Amino acid sequence: MTSSPLTPQAPLPGRGMRVALFATCFNDTMWPETPKAVVTVLERLGVTVEFPLEQTCCGQMFTNTGYAREALPLVERFADVFDVYDAVVAPSGSCVGSVRHQHATVARGCGQPALADRATTTAGKVYEFSELLVDVLGVTDVGATFPHRVTYHPTCHSLRMLRVADKPLRLLREVRGIDLVDLPEAEECCGFGGTFAMKNADTSVAMGSDKAQHVRETHAEVLVAGDNSCLAHIGGLLTRQRSGIRVMHLAEVLASTERDFAVDNELGNQPGSATGPAHRKTTDQEVTA
Amino acid sequence: MSGTFIGMPKFQTAAKEALGNSQQRRNLQHATGTIRGKRARVVEELDNWEELRQAGAAIKDNVLTHLDTYLVQLEESLTRAGATVHWAADAEEANRIVTSLVRATGAEEVVKVKSMATQEIGLNEALEEAGIHAWETDLAELIVQLGHDKPSHILVPAIHRNRAEIREIFLREMGQVGTPPPGGLTSDPRELAEAARVHLREKFLRAKVAISGANFAIAETGTLVVVESEGNGRMCLTLPETLISVVGIEKVLPRLEDLEVFMQLLPRSSTGERMNPYTSTWTGITPGDGPQDVHVVLLDNGRTDALADRVGRQALRCIRCSACLNVCPVYQRVGGHSYGSVYPGPIGAILNPQLRGTASDVDQSLPYASSLCGACGDVCPVNIEIPELLVHLRTRVVDEHRGGIPSGEQIAMKGAAWMFADHRRWEKAQKGAELSGRALGKKDTIGRLPGPLSAWSDARDAPTPPTESFRSWWKREKGDQP
Ligand code: SF4
Repeated sequence: MTSSPLTPQAPLPGRGMRVALFATCFNDTMWPETPKAVVTVLERLGVTVEFPLEQTCCGQMFTNTGYAREALPLVERFADVFDVYDAVVAPSGSCVGSVRHQHATVARGCGQPALADRATTTAGKVYEFSELLVDVLGVTDVGATFPHRVTYHPTCHSLRMLRVADKPLRLLREVRGIDLVDLPEAEECCGFGGTFAMKNADTSVAMGSDKAQHVRETHAEVLVAGDNSCLAHIGGLLTRQRSGIRVMHLAEVLASTERDFAVDNELGNQPGSATGPAHRKTTDQEVTA
Repeated sequence: MSGTFIGMPKFQTAAKEALGNSQQRRNLQHATGTIRGKRARVVEELDNWEELRQAGAAIKDNVLTHLDTYLVQLEESLTRAGATVHWAADAEEANRIVTSLVRATGAEEVVKVKSMATQEIGLNEALEEAGIHAWETDLAELIVQLGHDKPSHILVPAIHRNRAEIREIFLREMGQVGTPPPGGLTSDPRELAEAARVHLREKFLRAKVAISGANFAIAETGTLVVVESEGNGRMCLTLPETLISVVGIEKVLPRLEDLEVFMQLLPRSSTGERMNPYTSTWTGITPGDGPQDVHVVLLDNGRTDALADRVGRQALRCIRCSACLNVCPVYQRVGGHSYGSVYPGPIGAILNPQLRGTASDVDQSLPYASSLCGACGDVCPVNIEIPELLVHLRTRVVDEHRGGIPSGEQIAMKGAAWMFADHRRWEKAQKGAELSGRALGKKDTIGRLPGPLSAWSDARDAPTPPTESFRSWWKREKGDQP
């Protein structure tokens, strides 16, 4: 099956494989811990990760707001940067969704059929993080430990654009020490929706508040998802409500090992508390500060 | 705000108001939740649902591609069956035709079976102006009419009302226009339905003229089809002497057997039933049985404009089942009135801007009235790719704003696109974020953001930019090479 217990003797499922990381512009700038966690997990599995520095943005924000002409150069750049790789991974369901389902459409809509064909070819090699792990590397146990009560929100683009189905949950279920609880109305949109969060802020907040309420009902310490933009929206509401619930990207949970908790314990951080998060973010900041 | 963002003012203001109506929000959440569950169960029963959807989409696409041919065929079949066919280019022309047809009968009132097309053209108001009373006979439609209200849902126009409100409307209004409700009326659904039945019966028996829409119009035979739940439609279609049907030109199906597909798709998607209680079909005139004077008004009203858009035309596949409304998290919270049309929810957001064009504020704002979550596209029984169409129409709105004085949004988008077009520019911008991250220190979140960004931070904390971007970390850790 797809699970490979990561014992020292077991062969590394990703040995020798080269994968390009598309960090996405938002993660690169606002949530660097997420692409770092992707690198950590993949290297642990034997994958050689490359980060082409010419990458910028997939153009989703432009496309989804109606600025197809502005997105066009980014579609071209994406193909230029990534079509030399065999596989590309991104820790964002919505950015992968945009590459897979919108790049060719944007190119065609702007009268560039040749670029549309190139974009289709490139998009065929781009995987969302959980897809790469489960479908390409064939693993569900990535050797993670995360002893916390966790609930998972399947973001809309992962769920309905990419159809990642239960892959993230299968990965989470293999994490040591995790207490994984179901999120009520999990498949309903959190209300982020890119520029929707600004253009229709009141509706967006009404949807997000219901989502936050469901998260609170689970009594989870941590809300996990595969898209930091949705997490920023729900997390922004949760912290405004002083709920004490942290949000974390799936990759960060999967990157956690027993060692991280040893470090946390030394620093005296309380798991799941608002100030002392149960994961690497704080410890890394302490190190770099 | 309207100077800051493109395509938002109308829907956004209406939505804000509706969000404040917590009673309506509860009514809606409850009702849509119930239908959603029923729909999911009966769809699950069919193992060929995907094939049925594909078949439905394919039949409709064929019709749309050859619409001119099928419409001519429909007109011939209808005429042969004894019906009179009228063509209406827009709402005004359709209203004029119907009004003069009713006038010619000498009737001062008509009974109506629920019809989206007649709501779309504002027929009741036009008739009223001509001194003709139009009585809605669908229960929910009757509640809306008696409440001097507007429909807020395609299938359940009074979905925003609860039982107590309906009782009040009946007590206050029924007696003014006909048989009053019995004394001691409670808000028990059975009692309410019985009061409506008695009230309507008098109107059915008196009416000389009825007005209907049609769910389907069969080109081959000239048969019109009405699908309904209460049987009131059947009374309208059989009792009066004159029957006038207003039918959108996209309602054509080539053959009678095509109905087989849609009769599986429609009831399941709309009411969550395997089959609806009443399906009526009629083909022109049958001597000595039913209406002897039958008219069909074929309505364009923007449909050929929608047809001209190769991407957008798939919205004309819509069979008005309302499944997309019932799963839409935006619709569920803001209600149908915010969409400024008889077509609310996801289908309204893509159909109205195509039928009416994107000149008005409301039609520019509708394509943005969605978080693009995709739930609508997943349930649509004829596979309309609603999220893709929303994006397509947003592009149309943005392109229509090009030239002239750029808005704040246009400036911001162009600036960001310029920055992303070259990774060196992007890195410079990131340095700025890193600096502000250092300035803000180790706080996890920012409470308030300035300017248009306050739309975010009014209710949500914003994350603090980190002190080091991933890119900087990568260069530091792994060197400048990829
Ligand atoms: S768009 Fe699809 S789901 Fe929505 S009303 Fe029309 S047919 Fe039904």
